Amino acid sequence: MSTALSSAPDARPHVDIAPMKLVIVGHVDHGKSTLIGRLLHDTGSLPEGKVEAVRAMSERRGMPMEWAFVLDALQAERDQGITIDTTQIFFKTERRPYVIIDAPGHKEFLKNMVSGAASADAAILVVDAKDGVQEQTRRHGYILHLLGLDRVVVAVNKMDLVDHDEARFRQVAEDVRHYLAGMGIVPAHILPVSARHGDGLATLSDRMPWFEGPSLLQALDELQAKPLPVELPLRFPIQDVYKFDERRILAGRIESGRIAVGDTLLFNPTNTTARVRSIEAWAVDGPVMSASAGQSIGITLDDQLFVERGHVASHRAEPPVETNVFRARIFWLGRAPLETGRRYKLKLATMEHTVEVQAIERVIDVADLSQRPADRIERNEVGEIILRARAKLAVDPFVDNPRLGRFVLIDGYDMAGGGLVSMDGFPDQRARNEPTSQNITAVEHRVTTNARWQANGHKSGVLWLTGLSGAGKSTLAVELEQALFRKGWQAYVLDGDNIRFGLSADLGFAPEDRAENIRRVGEVAALFARAGTLVITAFISPYREDRDRARSVAPELFHEVYVKADLEVCETRDPKGLYKKARKGEISEFTGISAPYEAPVSAELEVDTGSLSLAESVERLLGYVEANFGLNGRE
Amino acid sequence: MAEPTPIRPAGAEPHAAGSIAKPRFDSAAADPYLAARSNHFVSDAAMNHLDALEAQSVYILREAFNKFDRLGMLWSLGKDSNVMLWLAKKAFFGHIPFPAMFCDTGKKFPEMYAFQERYAVEWGLNFVRRDCPPIEEIDPTLPPAARSAARKTEALKRLIAELDLQAVIAGIRRDEEATRAKERVFSPRGENAEWDFRDQPPEFWDQFKTDFAPGTHIRVHPLLHWTELDIWLYIQREGIPLVPLYFSRDGKRYRSLGDMDITNPIKSDADTVEKIIAELRVTKVAERSGRAMDHESEDAFERLRSAGYM
Repeated sequence: MSTALSSAPDARPHVDIAPMKLVIVGHVDHGKSTLIGRLLHDTGSLPEGKVEAVRAMSERRGMPMEWAFVLDALQAERDQGITIDTTQIFFKTERRPYVIIDAPGHKEFLKNMVSGAASADAAILVVDAKDGVQEQTRRHGYILHLLGLDRVVVAVNKMDLVDHDEARFRQVAEDVRHYLAGMGIVPAHILPVSARHGDGLATLSDRMPWFEGPSLLQALDELQAKPLPVELPLRFPIQDVYKFDERRILAGRIESGRIAVGDTLLFNPTNTTARVRSIEAWAVDGPVMSASAGQSIGITLDDQLFVERGHVASHRAEPPVETNVFRARIFWLGRAPLETGRRYKLKLATMEHTVEVQAIERVIDVADLSQRPADRIERNEVGEIILRARAKLAVDPFVDNPRLGRFVLIDGYDMAGGGLVSMDGFPDQRARNEPTSQNITAVEHRVTTNARWQANGHKSGVLWLTGLSGAGKSTLAVELEQALFRKGWQAYVLDGDNIRFGLSADLGFAPEDRAENIRRVGEVAALFARAGTLVITAFISPYREDRDRARSVAPELFHEVYVKADLEVCETRDPKGLYKKARKGEISEFTGISAPYEAPVSAELEVDTGSLSLAESVERLLGYVEANFGLNGRE
Repeated sequence: MAEPTPIRPAGAEPHAAGSIAKPRFDSAAADPYLAARSNHFVSDAAMNHLDALEAQSVYILREAFNKFDRLGMLWSLGKDSNVMLWLAKKAFFGHIPFPAMFCDTGKKFPEMYAFQERYAVEWGLNFVRRDCPPIEEIDPTLPPAARSAARKTEALKRLIAELDLQAVIAGIRRDEEATRAKERVFSPRGENAEWDFRDQPPEFWDQFKTDFAPGTHIRVHPLLHWTELDIWLYIQREGIPLVPLYFSRDGKRYRSLGDMDITNPIKSDADTVEKIIAELRVTKVAERSGRAMDHESEDAFERLRSAGYM
């Protein structure tokens, strides 16, 4: 270890340093409570009379000195012999104070462990030297990963029961290391200890001369506390708006970044901006000019915008993602399982929204990290899902900013699960069709759309074909165009060939590019339609949000057609050989394989090309067109 | 333009910003949830331990005020509940937008009543005082001191019914006593105010239980994560007024204040906040050692709390 890190002695009394919060996890009976009790004793942290009380308690129950009783304050615990809930216990070393959150090992009590571990700075994972890695060792390890807790010390306990055998220790250490590596956790140390006898806790043990250290306390003292996310982009979720006096104060906690008087703030989801006029505070000397992550503050603005709880302020250059659909990795604590199609209340920072489980992608087996498809996630299981809200949320992918990248789900009155946000495969929906220029004025046309219809002999509009690659969109579009042309109609197909090579030549296939491509197609299609043409578009257009936006350009002219075929059918057809390439990993972000397809919920027309022949499909489309675009008296 | 000054005196400058890993969209193998690792955050010395505690408590108080229309704060006149009122003024910019409730056993020290009369006015409190029911109305199976303390529980139940409260803010701390260590920040109570410590809701990422069935209510604990020493350091920093009984007179002082007949002073010469802080840094005696009801039997206090005691 570098000496530079520990050279300057800290002059401040150590009790004024924020305590490091420790969570102790591990399989039931692997000795967590004993380890804590002994740690408290060895650091001189027990109140007077406690050792005697524990001795008396142990004797009364006919047991040898049982250090676990230090924590077992509740009658219920002592009777069951297991710790039932999170407690918080304080101890201190020369370096700093610690708070121990005693997390239980009992299988049913995951919610308590989560409650403790979520607020912890670091974890001690206790593993029995004899039993080795067990189910809850793995489960707790996985939860640490989900909670973003990456400061982990592993204590291989009960070394006395394996005769302080080095080989056994190495084997258990290797098992733990291997499992944690699968979740990206590299433990700071893996240590042999014997908590009952105090071996390896405060000091190293003579009985394990083969271990060079450090001791558990030394290992803990080496850990660096996790600092506040001050350097991340500003996220200031509004908690409340107060008008106790003449001031209108927006109150909240800065989740990340900094804020200063004079800053221009962008508010989500309203997309309005205003400047910070003041930072308000009570009983503070002098005006406050800036504040940073972790502080609960209040601000006033120079403009009386509509702002309420759940809105998020950021700086304009670094806004959060805006979306109504995202992926999530979740852990489920609910009594009833999480199911596809069910609605829950989502709480993310100060936001609350109703969300629907659009899909359950997989359940993860924490025992071996394997995955399997499922239509429900049971209590204490971990899985990956897609959630959809009715409104747009301001979020960050968890990997970018955990503070706006994690959420809980409420089922009825109960908090039923927690999750991490991923935008993998989904685009940022932040408005791209807001005019950038302010000096735009609409020209008033003298030729009305209706006059064009009369001249053409049919109505115009947009037939928006959506479906998987290989579902038959282009084939149908071209057939329909030809059939209509023969009848003397003004019809025109927009597809990848005439858009991707020109108008969208600058775009790729990343989610954002796809969204932008579809936005352009939507705008162009609406122009054609207003010019009197019946436009047939043939794009996968996988995101519901994008199709809805295309519809919003000319809602009265828009008809969504779901060209439906199962993935298996499309993959068998594979007209362009794309599925084969995608399966080999040669094409990334391929819809249906490595990128999502969101089927229409209420398309005007559905054409099932999996069961209809091409001729039948075209027939259906023609019938629909004639019924909806024909002018009275002519058809 | 002058450099903006932080809300609290800044210590060292933060270290250089770490880079933030962007999610990879180009590889199916990349785990989109694995990344927010170690060094993406940098330290910032602008917030010390007390700042962090204050910010957390303010956040909790604001959550409670936002979520509950009918909310009240228990004001026991003790040091913790004075800190709590102070934090409420911080949270609401000098205002306390809910009643400060005092369940009077009639057995408090005269100094406490004097304090109450003065500060209810000086702090502009919406002060609500109710008498506790007589001892005869309380469960006779409880040990004597616990039975006496249980009068407060009963008074609180009646006050909750009278004001139709959805939530009650109480100044308990985890380090005070073992059963309080088990508490949640937002802790649900049943229809008879009872606490089911065996089946508590999960609480993480500062998302609290704010949805509850009719007839039940929530106890809100904004000081849960503070220690006794934190309380005194904060009192020192902010200059918060206290009942004088906390300070030594004739070699004795009260470390915790309750009813006259079931609260005992400790031996101490600490007659200033500074001396009390110095004393607490070395003591190994439990804070509530002078509170008789905690010690009558192994589970006396647990029984009190299960039945709705603070």
